[in-house]
Amino acid sequence: MRRLFVTVAVVTTAMFAYAPFMILNAPYESTMGLVQKIFYFHASLGMAMFAAAFASGIGSALFLFTRKPAADRLAVAGAELTSIIGLLVLVTGPLWARKAWGVWWQWDARLTSTLVMWLIFNAYLLLRRYGGPGSDRLAAAVALFGMANVPFVYWSVNVWRTLHPKTSVIPSLQPGMRGPFWFCVVAFLLLFMLLLSLRMELEKRRQELDELYLAAEE
Amino acid sequence: MKRYVSVALFVLTIGAPALAQSPTPAQPPPSAPSKPAAQDEFVPVDKPMNAQDTIPAPRLVAIAYGFIWVVLLGYVWSVRSRLATVEREMQTVSKRVGSGGR
Repeated sequence: MRRLFVTVAVVTTAMFAYAPFMILNAPYESTMGLVQKIFYFHASLGMAMFAAAFASGIGSALFLFTRKPAADRLAVAGAELTSIIGLLVLVTGPLWARKAWGVWWQWDARLTSTLVMWLIFNAYLLLRRYGGPGSDRLAAAVALFGMANVPFVYWSVNVWRTLHPKTSVIPSLQPGMRGPFWFCVVAFLLLFMLLLSLRMELEKRRQELDELYLAAEE
Repeated sequence: MKRYVSVALFVLTIGAPALAQSPTPAQPPPSAPSKPAAQDEFVPVDKPMNAQDTIPAPRLVAIAYGFIWVVLLGYVWSVRSRLATVEREMQTVSKRVGSGGR
C-alpha cells in the first residue's frame, strides 16, 4: 500500500511539474486571452471538489447505515478536502472573472450554489469539531445534503442564465486546449486521492489514540 | 333624473379605477445594459486579444496559480504536522498503558 502511495505521489509530482509547460503552449482563447489559462486548474479543481464531496457523502451514508469507523474516516477526509479545494475554486474563479466579466463576483446560480455547497461542508467540519457527543451522525446527514448539492452546482449553468461558461465548453474544447485540460484533471484527481488517503490515515491514528486513552483510563 | 345621475356617478366611480388599470400598449423595454450570454465553447486564437484591459492578466494568472500551490502545500504540511503530533501522543499514552499507571 505504501509503495502504491509513493508511486502515485511520484507520478503526480511529475505531472504537476510538466503541467505548466502544457498550459503555456495551449492556444489563447479569442475573447479572454491569457486569463483564460486559469481555466486549466480552476475547472480541474472543480472536478476534484465534486469527487471530494461525493467521497464525503458516500462515506457519511455508509456510516449512517453501518456505523463503521472506516466510513466515518472517508466522510471526514472528504469533507475537509471539499473545504480546501472549494476554497481554491472560489478564489481562482473570481480572479478569472475580474478580467473576463469585469466583476469579481456575480450572485448567479453557479457561483452561489458552489458557495452554498462549500458552506455546507464547512458546517460539517464545525459540527465535528464543536458538536460534542453524537455529532458524527448529525454531521453525516449534513454531508448527505452537501453531496446532493453537487448535481445542482454542475447543471446550474445549463438551467439558469449565467455568465459562467456552460458545461458544453469541456466536450467542445479544441485539440490544443483539450490535452492540457484533461492532463490537469488527471493530475488533480491523483492529488485528491493522495490527500484523501493521507487525511484518512490521520483520522485512523486519531481513532487509535482515542482507544489508547480509553485503555489508559481503565 | 336624480336616479340616472346617481347611477352614472356609481358607474364612473367603479369604472374609472378599472379603466385606469387597463393594460397600456406594450412599449419597448428601456435600454438597460444586457448581460452577455454564457459561452457555449472556447474559441482558440494565436495571440491574446485584450491587451488594453486595466488589470494585467499575467498578474491574475500568477496570483491564481501561486495561491493554489501555497494552499495545497500548506495543507499537506498541516496534515503531516497533525499526524506527527498524534504519533507522539500515541507513543506517550502507549508507554503509560505499558507501565500500567496513569
